Amino acid sequence: MIRLEDVVVRYPRAASAAVTGVSFVAARGAVTAVVGPNGSGKSTLVGALIGRVRIAAGRVCVDDVDTSDMARDALARRIAVVTQREELAFPLLVSEYVALGRFPHLGIWRAAGETDRRAIIDATQMTAVTSLAERRVDSLSGGEWQRVRFARALAQGGDAIVLDEPTAFLDIAHEMLVFELLHRLARGGQAVLLVSHQLNLVARFADQMVLLDRGRVAASGAPAEVMQAEVLERVYGWPLVVTRDPAVGAPALVPLRR
Amino acid sequence: MSPLRWCALMLALFVAALLAIGIGTINIPPSALFDALRGSGSGLTETVVRTLRVPRVVLAMLVGAGLGMSGAALQGTMRNPLAEPYLLGVSGGAAVGAVVATMLGLGAVLLPVAAFVGALVAVAAAFSVAHVAGGRGDARVLLMAGVVVGAFANAAIMVVLANAESNTIRDALWWMMGSVADATWPQIGIMGLYLLVGGGALVALGPRVDVLALGEEAAAGLGLDVDAAMRWIFVIASLVAAATVAAAGLVGFVGLVVPHIVRAGGARRHREVLVGSALVGATLVVVSDLLARMLRPPAELPVGAVTALIGVPFFLTKLRRLA
Repeated sequence: MIRLEDVVVRYPRAASAAVTGVSFVAARGAVTAVVGPNGSGKSTLVGALIGRVRIAAGRVCVDDVDTSDMARDALARRIAVVTQREELAFPLLVSEYVALGRFPHLGIWRAAGETDRRAIIDATQMTAVTSLAERRVDSLSGGEWQRVRFARALAQGGDAIVLDEPTAFLDIAHEMLVFELLHRLARGGQAVLLVSHQLNLVARFADQMVLLDRGRVAASGAPAEVMQAEVLERVYGWPLVVTRDPAVGAPALVPLRR
Repeated sequence: MSPLRWCALMLALFVAALLAIGIGTINIPPSALFDALRGSGSGLTETVVRTLRVPRVVLAMLVGAGLGMSGAALQGTMRNPLAEPYLLGVSGGAAVGAVVATMLGLGAVLLPVAAFVGALVAVAAAFSVAHVAGGRGDARVLLMAGVVVGAFANAAIMVVLANAESNTIRDALWWMMGSVADATWPQIGIMGLYLLVGGGALVALGPRVDVLALGEEAAAGLGLDVDAAMRWIFVIASLVAAATVAAAGLVGFVGLVVPHIVRAGGARRHREVLVGSALVGATLVVVSDLLARMLRPPAELPVGAVTALIGVPFFLTKLRRLA
């Protein structure tokens, strides 16, 4: 479980805080989605989670342990992160790339053992990338590459996974595959925390939504509670209506012409 | 990389070393060569082999291995196929040190020390420039800081040499072109120590280079202290490169081109790339030094020029493949 308590992040030389007093819980067995307009602080929160962005006040806890008290590799053994973009400077084979997920478990001299091999096999099976093992990562399609990145994150073997815009640049089928996989991971007991712009898909798949507006939580709760036209219209600064999707019954947002 | 390729790399180095020891103003046939190496050869052959050729070849190997490993580590860490120790101010700083030592008439013993100190000062300067610019742990800022420091060093050399005597200019230029001709065993001992400790540390840090090559965010997500890892690898790679510069002057292109040759040969993870770069770098400098002696005897070409002459065509074919 990942818990954020009154988190404040201030970038050096910035006039105002990027994130102010954000609190929520990403529980195990659930998909928690952070949504909000560009610049609302979503990626900053991901940076704070992996220790790339310094938290000015408040705290981030993993199962009641403050992450600032955890060693970086100990944190990486609990939370895996799939960042927004990743381009390898020098291409690896898929099998080599996925094996890097075990990095937090290996010391300088400790070679990979049976547990590591098992974790890698499980991760590649769960993401259906086993057949890609001998391909070079620069020969993969966008959808395959994204699945391979998930495999690396799962190989880390933690109980939480954080994803920043995992479906950017993917077509409808691959987008659905990603969301179904995330759903499955949550049902398997992982805490899935995702940042996304795909409000309608998030409303279908997430158990909990957190809507950010200029660094603050504007609304949070079950999708039906967050997907309210007045709030969304104010936060996104665009006229819209929220209806109920006739096919799946989930709240659906339709932006209007101005 | 397949075991067969590893064997081929080692065999290539072995053959190159034997040829380089055997060929020269006095050609030594293989049988006499082995006798001389064992210490049971004739007087002149044994002197040539043991006091001139062997130290020279061994130093060439160490310098090539050091530059290859340094380049491989920096390219991976900075995620930049153009990164190499010389681009980061090591060569510029070392050259300033060497030129100043020549101007002050410090002599052959202190010149390598001055070059080493110059290289370290330049690397430290690059670090502080990057730090002041707020780009701590940002590979691009560090790279640009290195380029700025290198440019400053070049300007400093021109200012110093502008009013120097022609002899001083010639000595300084000759040093800058690189040479392993005056190899001595103490020099080899020092260089060997740097390579053993520095190269060993880089190989140990190889998996960290793999992770850094994914990008800073992904590396942080895998639990790596990105800033610290980058700083360590940068410092160790620079020390190894500075040691090569102190031992043999500037031997261009090795740090840049060798890791690419090794990657083209199928090495991908950095422990492999580093060890492969040591072997290929050693072979390249040994062969270049042999060519430097053979092309226009009895005069010798600077080895740094030959490495560049060999490296440029390889790099051009690589560019063609990219385009």
